[in-house]
Amino acid sequence: MNQVRKLACVVVLVVCAMSAAANWLAPAGYAKQFREAPDAPPSRQHLLGTDEVGRDRFARVLYGTRISLLLAPAAALVSTALAALVGGLAGYLGGFWLRLARGFTDLFLSLPWLFLLITVRALLPLNVSPLTSVLITFLILGLLGWAASARVLSTSADALRNSDFILQARASGLHGPRLFLIHVLPNLKPVLYAQFWISIPVFILSEANLGILGLGVAEPLPSWGSLLRELEGLISFREEPWRLVPLLLLIVVMTSFQLLLSNEEVTA
Amino acid sequence: MKINRTGHPAFSRLLFCVALLSLGAAAFAQSGGELRFCLRSEPKTFDPLLVDDDSSLSIRYLTGGVLVRLNRHTQELEPELAESWKVSRDGKQITFKLRSGVAFSDGSPFSSEDVAFTMKRLMEPALHSSTGDAFRSGSGAVTAKIVAPDQIAITFPAPIAGLDRLFDQVAIMSAHSAKKEGAVLGPFMVAEYKAGSTLLLRRNPNYWKRDSQGRRLPYLDSIRLDIQSNRDVEMLRFKRGELDLINVIDSDYFDRLASSSPGLAHDAGASLDSDFMWFNQVASAPIPEYKRAWFRSRNFRRAISEAINRDDLSRVVFNGHAQPAAGPVSPANKFWFNSNLKAQPYRPDAALELLRADGFHLQNGALFDKAGNAVEFSIVTNAGGKPRERMAVMVQEDLSKLGINVNVVTLDFPSLIERISQKFNYEAAMLGFRNVDLDPNGQMNIWLSSAENHAWNPQQKSPDTAWEAEIDRLMRAQASAADPKKRKESFDRVQEIVAEQAPFIYLVNQNALSAVSSAVQGADPGILSPQTFWNADRITLNPTTRASR
Repeated sequence: MNQVRKLACVVVLVVCAMSAAANWLAPAGYAKQFREAPDAPPSRQHLLGTDEVGRDRFARVLYGTRISLLLAPAAALVSTALAALVGGLAGYLGGFWLRLARGFTDLFLSLPWLFLLITVRALLPLNVSPLTSVLITFLILGLLGWAASARVLSTSADALRNSDFILQARASGLHGPRLFLIHVLPNLKPVLYAQFWISIPVFILSEANLGILGLGVAEPLPSWGSLLRELEGLISFREEPWRLVPLLLLIVVMTSFQLLLSNEEVTA
Repeated sequence: MKINRTGHPAFSRLLFCVALLSLGAAAFAQSGGELRFCLRSEPKTFDPLLVDDDSSLSIRYLTGGVLVRLNRHTQELEPELAESWKVSRDGKQITFKLRSGVAFSDGSPFSSEDVAFTMKRLMEPALHSSTGDAFRSGSGAVTAKIVAPDQIAITFPAPIAGLDRLFDQVAIMSAHSAKKEGAVLGPFMVAEYKAGSTLLLRRNPNYWKRDSQGRRLPYLDSIRLDIQSNRDVEMLRFKRGELDLINVIDSDYFDRLASSSPGLAHDAGASLDSDFMWFNQVASAPIPEYKRAWFRSRNFRRAISEAINRDDLSRVVFNGHAQPAAGPVSPANKFWFNSNLKAQPYRPDAALELLRADGFHLQNGALFDKAGNAVEFSIVTNAGGKPRERMAVMVQEDLSKLGINVNVVTLDFPSLIERISQKFNYEAAMLGFRNVDLDPNGQMNIWLSSAENHAWNPQQKSPDTAWEAEIDRLMRAQASAADPKKRKESFDRVQEIVAEQAPFIYLVNQNALSAVSSAVQGADPGILSPQTFWNADRITLNPTTRASR
């Protein structure tokens, strides 16, 4: 394990441990409003200051990290699994199935998502708890975010189908699901990993944007997406640099995951 | 004899004088410079009679000539194109004596014919003018009788309360000019328009008004209006000196500007705008019956109102640039505000008593009704409106102290409007009311129980409650009375009933916040729209800025 990978591993472990221990580390609940100190700068009482309504930003970052680190990868897992199923299988089968899958993914990608999401919001009840809202949000993201990845995977699987080692495996009598699971899917792993990790920050940012349609994480529950929305309208970072902490955390965690992944890929 | 190469000495002196005069004329023509600010959306129309959006409203204000003008500072009516006017005792007729020697920007003369033409066009049903709707008092035609070239009498089929004030919104159009709406009587005229980018207004050379020294107004040569919806960009450009005014800014920007450049940020005090919430009381709304019973209970609504800390809302959400609201009329509306009303103080204990009187009870920190249903409801508000989202979160926290579970739902504006005005599929809503009209007649479409905008229970065939029937009666009484005192008495009582019954729970009146560059001279930001440029014909720029543009 090289030094960079060790460092990335430590970062991920520290962030996960801190978010898991939010109940003990946070000076107050994520919803507690210190109304006498809204928009306060960092202090001994509030390590990262407070937000616009006086909620401790450090507490919200810890709880928000817990939610986003649990649910964004879960949504990415759902979307990558769907992509592997549709794109990987279509690429492996080739011919009619590949054309059908590509046509379907193209159609899916061309759908007007804004209107579709508005329709989804209209179908959902208004009175849902914040926790239910966060589950619904990431489930929607997972179920809708597979098409672009499926297109990439279908191309990779198509290339694998015509490769020499697959032909040799076929010539040795291996075919059907066994060939797919033993030879095709393991060789798609790097692409699957890449799609998985790319999806996580995309879903976190999408969750922030979904708030505009009333589909995001409901108040007062924090998430990285809702914390990033705080940066809207921030004219000068120099004035309040502590407000950048959620963004920096997102970058550091995603980079650490990428570093860990790249090493795993090499060993794979 | 030596011949002067430049000619005869007298001729030289003449040339010198002509040159001086030319310089003087040029200096006069460039006297005010170019004022620059932003419109936040594309103007929908340049037809002054069809205006119903903010950008078109600003253009109409700057280009349109009106018979009477509401002074945005004193809130009093002042003569403009009409030297004087008289409203008949029955409130059905208004007679104007017009100013003579006035011409449109294209040179065509102004007379009572133009007023008659404008009124006729304004009242055409096919035009669908929202300005004209304010004059529709009853069935029958509106007649404009030309008494003389400088006198006109306009008669309406039924009395109209506050009739003279309505003419502040009517920009007179030329009956004869081929330029149609291009011929204007206001201080500026549209010179250039690049859709989606810029609108250039130039000084109207025929504008009739002069200052106390007899100098022709406006001082400015032109106004450049950039179409810019992004408020961050607008503020950055203002700070860089590319813009001279920001008509309305929110409290976050205001404080940042006030800390970096204190002289440029202007807080004119409470505006006419109010933010409020209400509960859905529509009988056919798809909400559980027990919740409808809560929402229709006066005690429940009053309890919610008493449990909201308005002082905190003003201080935290608006950084102190808002006032706790007392009712439907802001204290900024000097004449119509009922000064007996005070903003509801924060009294959670009294709120709990009111709830107990209705059979609600606390159990393990949660509130339940007498049937054992946990008290939980959602508040919908528009997404993207940060102050309102913050207010909803604070209300959520305040009500949680009473054991009430509130879910805050932000929706895109079209979906929100569909829910609250068509499908009635919501429980509580939080929105704002942007009031541009001082007169309560402008609120008839809110207070009458049959009105579409009677938000908590619209379009009732007959009033559902006795207090709504009483509001209907009082609003009709004030609308048909000619005596301002009697009108005020009726509307004061309406405000009292609204405070007692709390169909709308008023939260805050936001302050009128604006930004004016130090380059601008003569601006006097106020609370009435247009806040910063209401006296645009008397605004000028300092010599340094003039020279640099």
